[in-house]
Amino acid sequence: MIEATGLTKHYGKTVAVDDLSFRVEPGRVTGFLGPNGAGKSTTMRMILGLDNPSGGRVTVKGRDYRSLREPLRVVGALLDAKWVHPNRSARAHLLWLARSNRIPAARVDEVLDMVGLTQVAKRRAGGFSLGMSQRLGIAGALLGDPEVLLFDEPVNGLDPEGILWIRQFMHRLAAEGRTVFVSSHLLSEMAQTAQDLIVIGRGKLIAQTSTEQFIADATEDTVRVRSPHLDRLRELLDGRARVAEAATPDGALVVHGVQPAFIGELAASNGITLHELSPQLGSLEEAFMQLTKESVEYHAAD
Amino acid sequence: MTLLAVERIKLFSTRSPWWCMLLALGLTVGITAIIAANWTDSPMPVLGAVFTHTFGLYVVMVMAALAVTTEYRFGTIKSTFQAVPDRISPMVAKAVVVVLLSGLVGLASAFGSWGLSWVLAEDNSDLALTTANDWRHVAGVGLVYAAGALLALGVGALVRQTAGAVSIILVFALVVESVVGFIPNIGDDIQKWMPFTVASKFIFGDPDPSAIPNGAGPPAIGELSPWGSFGYFAGIALVIYIVSLVVVKRRDA
Repeated sequence: MIEATGLTKHYGKTVAVDDLSFRVEPGRVTGFLGPNGAGKSTTMRMILGLDNPSGGRVTVKGRDYRSLREPLRVVGALLDAKWVHPNRSARAHLLWLARSNRIPAARVDEVLDMVGLTQVAKRRAGGFSLGMSQRLGIAGALLGDPEVLLFDEPVNGLDPEGILWIRQFMHRLAAEGRTVFVSSHLLSEMAQTAQDLIVIGRGKLIAQTSTEQFIADATEDTVRVRSPHLDRLRELLDGRARVAEAATPDGALVVHGVQPAFIGELAASNGITLHELSPQLGSLEEAFMQLTKESVEYHAAD
Repeated sequence: MTLLAVERIKLFSTRSPWWCMLLALGLTVGITAIIAANWTDSPMPVLGAVFTHTFGLYVVMVMAALAVTTEYRFGTIKSTFQAVPDRISPMVAKAVVVVLLSGLVGLASAFGSWGLSWVLAEDNSDLALTTANDWRHVAGVGLVYAAGALLALGVGALVRQTAGAVSIILVFALVVESVVGFIPNIGDDIQKWMPFTVASKFIFGDPDPSAIPNGAGPPAIGELSPWGSFGYFAGIALVIYIVSLVVVKRRDA
């Protein structure tokens, strides 16, 4: 379990993380979602005791990371797959990590096998593809068989096969009762990976909820309507619905900003026949943009 | 002990320390061989065998600085602090490993140079290690390399960049220390307290002036005794190293 209370980090005048409080529960994959520059990596570095918080505190299983003895046995983390000396072999890299926490060398071969790197264990890590580096990073995170796992943007730049592999891997880890905390700036990715979401923007907490709930709450009401009297319906909606959009190629109207019931009653009271009245699930990215549009650090000029 | 093993694995599982050690040995022993082979007018003194130790010192210091700066360059310092969050113990372990290794390289290069001089010099009657001074001239190189490595580790941990750390070390040792001597009136007084100048007094100090023909050997300047000179050099190295520990502990990794 990871718990942050009032966590704050300043870099000079820039506020990277602003009074952030959240809990990450065991047995589930928790997504840490936010646009680039929202403070996700900074928060993860503070969890691992690499950066000092300017205020507040974050604990892992109730303790400060820095007070853990042999912390690799408690928390495994992959913050950056490139944090490997390029001229050191994959095995040597894991070997020194294992040794530092008195983890037997046999475990190194075990985790290499788990992530499928046994064949290339003696090759220099600098020659690895991004996917292989990611696997090596995950092997490092798993070394101490930790209960808590942190992954920062683990699928960035991976091919679909690699993405699927990591996703299934995280589900398996959570199913074993571990706490899995994974960051991403892609909601569509998180929707398939995480059961819970912690959403931040500009260092502030925007939402902590289940993924399902988050998408339902954040998506704007969108209703698809087909009717032989579309023109009349459009007139009636004008001014009441926030947006009544142009017809789609199949002759349907897509209406934003009102509930299906409202349209149904409006049609009935005006004697309009409806052929279709269906609520549409908003796209995930839409939901995400909706919530974070105020908090994106770098906007593209319109 | 565990952390010493960790740092040993880190150091020897990459190639650059091996190249640095080979280069340090090759430069000092190789150039000494040329000096010895051409020492024809008089018996070669013990000091003559260690004139070139400074070449190896610079290379060893580069190796020590790299041991820290490459960790920052490739982010492995973060994995290190993640694995051992108190930060001080892995840095101390690294210092123990690097300083010991540098000391050994110093001994190997000094005794290697001395041995080869014995073989190559036309007249080696003065090369025998008979006095305590003779032993200090040769074995002292190990101590100077060890202290120099500690200094370089400190600079490396403070600067965190290979290019920055290496240039600071080399520019200071090779340029600053000799250029200050040109400052009128006070230049000489400043120079005789410069760390690398003082360190060479530890190696070259108290020579029998008759052993070396005039102008053939480096001057040994400084106010301190040879051993006092070493204490001064090692003290500066230790202070810089301790400052670097304090900074590393406080700073964001």
